[in-house]
Amino acid sequence: MQSPTTLLDPTAELQTSARQLLPRLASIAGLTIGLLDISKPRGKEFLDEVQKHLEQAGAKVKRYSKPTFTRVAPTELTQRISVECDAVIEGLAD
Amino acid sequence: MNQAIANQATHYALVVKKDCPTCALIEPVIHSLANNETLSLKVYVQDDPSFPADIEDVIDDSSLEYSYQQEIEVVPTLIRLSDGNDAQSEESRIYGWDQKQWQNFTGIQELGAELIDFKPGCGSKTQDPGMDEVLALRFGKQILQARAVELAEAEDIMEACFERGWSDGLPVVPPTPLRVMRMLNGSDRDAAEIIGKVPPDNVPCSIEKIAINAVMAGCKPEYFPMVIASVEAALQDRFCMHGLLCTTYFSSPVMVVSGPVAKQIGMNSGINALGQGNRANATIGRALQLIIRNVGGGVPGGIDRANMGNPGKYTYCFAEDESDENWASLAMDRGFDRADSVISLFAGDGLQPILDQQSRTPQSLAKSMAMSLRSVAHTKLFGMADAILVVCPEHRRVFREGGWDKEDLRKALYEELMSPGTDIVRGANDIAEGMPEKFKDKILNKFRDDGLHIVTTGGTAGMFSAIIGGWVASGERGSQLVSTKL
Repeated sequence: MQSPTTLLDPTAELQTSARQLLPRLASIAGLTIGLLDISKPRGKEFLDEVQKHLEQAGAKVKRYSKPTFTRVAPTELTQRISVECDAVIEGLAD
Repeated sequence: MNQAIANQATHYALVVKKDCPTCALIEPVIHSLANNETLSLKVYVQDDPSFPADIEDVIDDSSLEYSYQQEIEVVPTLIRLSDGNDAQSEESRIYGWDQKQWQNFTGIQELGAELIDFKPGCGSKTQDPGMDEVLALRFGKQILQARAVELAEAEDIMEACFERGWSDGLPVVPPTPLRVMRMLNGSDRDAAEIIGKVPPDNVPCSIEKIAINAVMAGCKPEYFPMVIASVEAALQDRFCMHGLLCTTYFSSPVMVVSGPVAKQIGMNSGINALGQGNRANATIGRALQLIIRNVGGGVPGGIDRANMGNPGKYTYCFAEDESDENWASLAMDRGFDRADSVISLFAGDGLQPILDQQSRTPQSLAKSMAMSLRSVAHTKLFGMADAILVVCPEHRRVFREGGWDKEDLRKALYEELMSPGTDIVRGANDIAEGMPEKFKDKILNKFRDDGLHIVTTGGTAGMFSAIIGGWVASGERGSQLVSTKL
């Protein structure tokens, strides 16, 4: 017997069964990009550099940071980013 | 037994279970057969291989594989084989305990002579409720062809369905292979049969895919023939499911069930018939919506462009009240008999009440209903949207006590719903919306021919009928009511 955690695909199977990525942005000009500092050392310096490149490409940048890199971002923070930004880049440093 | 004797001996297979009093009764018979050198015997036991005591080489069939493959229904079952090594070489079988029958079958005259003459057997464990599909999955022919989606160990099974986009927003029943097998057993249709192409992606849809979505919607297997019929109805060209899904208007399939099946599967045609609370009403309607979403790929904001939609897009299915045999059902209006079970699909919107607590004559009530019916889509738009008039039982009583049947009501509504074009053309009454100017000198009816359907459902208290307005692309250019007999 198959394991109880096997489900049968209810769709037409036109796509892979893995979770789908959201559509990629065609351009970032005029869009708001969030930069999420996960609070690892030197993350700020790295993201400052990323921000410069993004702004040169015409994007607006908003900065966020997680309280600690050891845990997932608080729900309040992820909700705020999802409302305020068109895309987000998570910054990992060290 | 030496090899020469074994080759000439008669071969038997015996299937027993310890928990069966008849099997316990014949234990001496089993010993007698096992010790008889002129035959060979294989004993298969379904529940406890320590039974029968003191028999060597009892075969443990607690997996029930042998019992399933041999289609054992009763224990004990004694099978005579032409080849002791080939379970398929069955010549004949007997079951239960019948002394004379066993003696004749084995040719052993004194077999079980000390026992009572007769004792019927017990049900084989393969016949326990729910076991059929469990065993079919383990040992049967592979009939499920849908892609198996393996979940991670720590993944929540309910959340997994949401995350893969399979849900209408409410929890779905996870479509495990076992549940899908049970759903498929609700119908005689072959799982691999392709029923048609489901819009908007126009993908071939198998009975199995319908079963998977029916499981997710929460259907019982006994609803499954109805779900299949609803998909067949939705795929009729007349219904125009593709356009209905794409429209910016509110409409979506509304299902009306007529005939004996409604009572057989426990549908609600009484109090709150169009509301929540009845599993069959709720899940049959939902199954069709999930099929359009998952198989057809019709998701809101994708091909589904409804600007608001309506709450019936979760599910919209109810049964007719057929308690008045002199009042034709919708199915009868469509040419079926009262004894036929029929599902009808209508491209419709939400529910608009008609309150009339004062009319005591058919004439007054018909005028009252007609006045409300003018509001479908827009009071100045005629012939665009069909409608279902849902007559409540108390209003039906007013018509019946006044000597009217449904045809009388239909004729009266037709007459009441005529209007001079001059009142409803664009600009009339200082309202820009309305019929094109070319209708100014015509007399128009609110509904096109065959555009107003009448059903009855609901509780026996409350003089509240209702209107289910139709899609503004009703008729041949869009959607027409379709009916499918089960």
